[in-house]
Amino acid sequence: MIRLFANANYDFIKWRKFAFMLTGLIMLVGAGFLATRGLNYSIEFTGGTLMQVEAHKQVPTGEIRQALDAVGLNGAEIQTFGSDTSFVIRARLAHSAGQTEATSSQAVATAVGRALDQSVGAGQYTVVRTEAVGPKVGRELQGKAFLAILLSFLVTLIYLAIRFEWRFGLAAVIATAHDVVATIAFISVMHLEVSLIVVGAILTVVGYSLNDTIIIFDRVRENLHKYRRQNLYEILNLSINETLPRSVLTHGTTIATTLSMLILAGEVIRPFAWVMTFGIFTGTFSSIYIAAPILIWIEKRWPGEDARGARVFGSRAPTPVAAPTPPRPPAPPPPPRAPQPAR
Amino acid sequence: MEKIRRRLILIGILVAASILSLLPRNVTQRVVDPTTGRMKDTTMRRLPINLGLDLQGGIHLALEVDESKGPIPDCADAIQRAERVVRTRIDEFGTTEPVVQIQGRCRLIVELAGEKDPARAKSVIQRTAFLEFRITDMKNLFRDALPQIDAALRKAGVKSRTAAPSAVAQLFGGDTSKAARDSAAEANAPGVLSSLLFQGQVPGEFLVPEEQWPVVDSLLQRPEVRSLIPRGLDLRWGAQSESRGARSYRPLYAVESRPIITGEELVKAVARRDQQTNQSIVAFQLSRRGARIFSQETARHIGDYMAIILDSRVQGQPPVIRSQIGANGQIELGTKPLQEASDLALVLRAGALPAPLTIVEERTIGPSLGADSIRDGVRAGVVGVVLVLVIMIGYYRMSGALAVAALTLYVLFTLAGLAAFGFTLTLPGLAGFVLSIGIAVDANVLIFERIREELVHGKSLRLAVDEGFKHAMNAIIDSNVSTALTAFILYLVGTGPVQGFAITLIIGIAASMISAISVVKTLFLIWLYRRPTMTTLSI
Repeated sequence: MIRLFANANYDFIKWRKFAFMLTGLIMLVGAGFLATRGLNYSIEFTGGTLMQVEAHKQVPTGEIRQALDAVGLNGAEIQTFGSDTSFVIRARLAHSAGQTEATSSQAVATAVGRALDQSVGAGQYTVVRTEAVGPKVGRELQGKAFLAILLSFLVTLIYLAIRFEWRFGLAAVIATAHDVVATIAFISVMHLEVSLIVVGAILTVVGYSLNDTIIIFDRVRENLHKYRRQNLYEILNLSINETLPRSVLTHGTTIATTLSMLILAGEVIRPFAWVMTFGIFTGTFSSIYIAAPILIWIEKRWPGEDARGARVFGSRAPTPVAAPTPPRPPAPPPPPRAPQPAR
Repeated sequence: MEKIRRRLILIGILVAASILSLLPRNVTQRVVDPTTGRMKDTTMRRLPINLGLDLQGGIHLALEVDESKGPIPDCADAIQRAERVVRTRIDEFGTTEPVVQIQGRCRLIVELAGEKDPARAKSVIQRTAFLEFRITDMKNLFRDALPQIDAALRKAGVKSRTAAPSAVAQLFGGDTSKAARDSAAEANAPGVLSSLLFQGQVPGEFLVPEEQWPVVDSLLQRPEVRSLIPRGLDLRWGAQSESRGARSYRPLYAVESRPIITGEELVKAVARRDQQTNQSIVAFQLSRRGARIFSQETARHIGDYMAIILDSRVQGQPPVIRSQIGANGQIELGTKPLQEASDLALVLRAGALPAPLTIVEERTIGPSLGADSIRDGVRAGVVGVVLVLVIMIGYYRMSGALAVAALTLYVLFTLAGLAAFGFTLTLPGLAGFVLSIGIAVDANVLIFERIREELVHGKSLRLAVDEGFKHAMNAIIDSNVSTALTAFILYLVGTGPVQGFAITLIIGIAASMISAISVVKTLFLIWLYRRPTMTTLSI
């Protein structure tokens, strides 16, 4: 039998400061990109027109760019889409100023058609996809996406409140919030297009990461009852180590599917696959390095029953920083994997 | 053993039900007849999974009332009128199973799968509705002309036995000697056209068996028939088919070419139930000019039947004119349900107050792109599944193989769930499905890891398996519920394709709970039962 990380005994939580710094750095970079470049919203949210064109021959994007400028679509973006002969042209409403709202999407479509006739040649291309979204629908979808993220937080909060006591729940929610922020940072650094399906991916990441945190916390809860003499720090480390094989396996199979989508499922799905792939990493990371340290921090502030009073740190921990209670003499640590009878 | 048998029976029932719901079945679809260019009903066998527009190609349009030329007071009513109008034009779209539905209060969604000409479809939808009242053919001029028409058709070489004049028949139609022979042979045969028409209750009304409708329509389009239709008469099809007994008929009306009044003169139309007679009625009001014209016309036509025609389709059965009608009139529908009266009132209003529509959202996907998406998605799915398979069997060996067996059932259950509940598979849905395959094995991983731990703790094989399943349960349920909750919210809030994603994720989670827990448990029980002497578990 192959056993990965069997009897692993890593001190994960020791690295929490390093982990905080790492994730802080990612978010800082993300914030930098967000401030300078902003998010690349799809036309679903901004309103506008998207046309995907298959040219029958190879045409440099520069030529199409010039033709688009010539017909007055200065704000339109053009990029290749998967292959050299496939292009996507996006004209967002905000950029095509000077046109009334109602006529703009139709007008843009005909203008793009004119530009393509000039640059690629009439009959030398096919428009395989057109999306035209009016400003009103765009605003509605923005609202809906925002509502979806908010609601999912609320519902998971309620669920956690029912399943766990509030300290665990809060730690899980903070870890999940971290994932959302980190994912948005990733999206902005990668300049991925934020469409509805990407919002869907973010929500799936929320569910997935929460799932991961819950599995570790389930084990923590179980171990707290099992090993009465250990402190929370040790219990958390033990629980993470015990669930490590599962984490490796499940993340492995999930990443196998997201990677195969990233590589094989085509351009439309690619941003979704990117977000999901990153989400698996950040979800795993946050379950270990965010949820667990935050739980320790919360228990230290507002000691709960499960946390043995405030005895969250044991001998293996570095000296607690500003612990609210005077440090107790270290409890004699029993071997973490002592095969004790289960109650 | 008893326990195993019960479990097997249950799984067997589930599998059978899934396979049953996935069997290719006959679906009636309206498709374009390539020879006539008109719509006809055909049945075809296909997998009962609905593909979204992004996978099969087509147009999705969201329309709202255009308020750029002045505000529209009641947008909900306006959009209902527009929906009624678009519905009457459904046959003009060159597509199967068009979707026309109102979303929210003031938005109309039109989805045309496989439509290749977006510009034409948009013009059909946005065209202004036209309502007119016309007197039916009271003198039976059309009926009297039928023998002549039959003769002309026979002369042109149209046989009555062959349903439609095929291209081949038309080709040989030029052969005069053959045509002469045919006409001689069929001189006493029943009329080509008249044999397909049955006299209706109202003068000028004919009933055509539903399946012959396209045939009759193509006959009526022929130049030799058109020239023989009596002067001052037009032929108009009914909007809906009527059932008489087991068969369904499409009404055809011969009506006067001159409308006695058009929708422009109509001010108001409401449906209500008459308190005294308990009849469903539609009360309408005409403009002052309209009232003047209408009272003159109705005075001349008392006792005649008046067809209500919206966009060239006769709506409902023509009512009889009982008396002279001025500004206010009512159409009595007798004992018919109020719903029908409401529908007729809506038709009248639709013609009276055309609601200009503006497109607020348009998505057009070419069929080739949809096919590409399916191909790429399936390819990614297959590779993903193979990778999962390799990981699971490589790591867990025999137990992994059992999990993989359960995974095939998982795929079956998920597809069956999509088919059974009539959900639509979209491209994001496909992605969700592939993703959920990766997540689906999580339950098995949790269980197997637990069993391993129990074995390490020195438990017996049997006990370790039992404990493993029991202890992993908490974590499995917690984690699946949290994913399902977010997916559910996505379904509530999302639109079209994203909803498809949420649905496949939810069904996938449900299916994985069944396959990963019950199916794998059963397989384990069988395994342990068969090898009672086994001391090490291949896990």
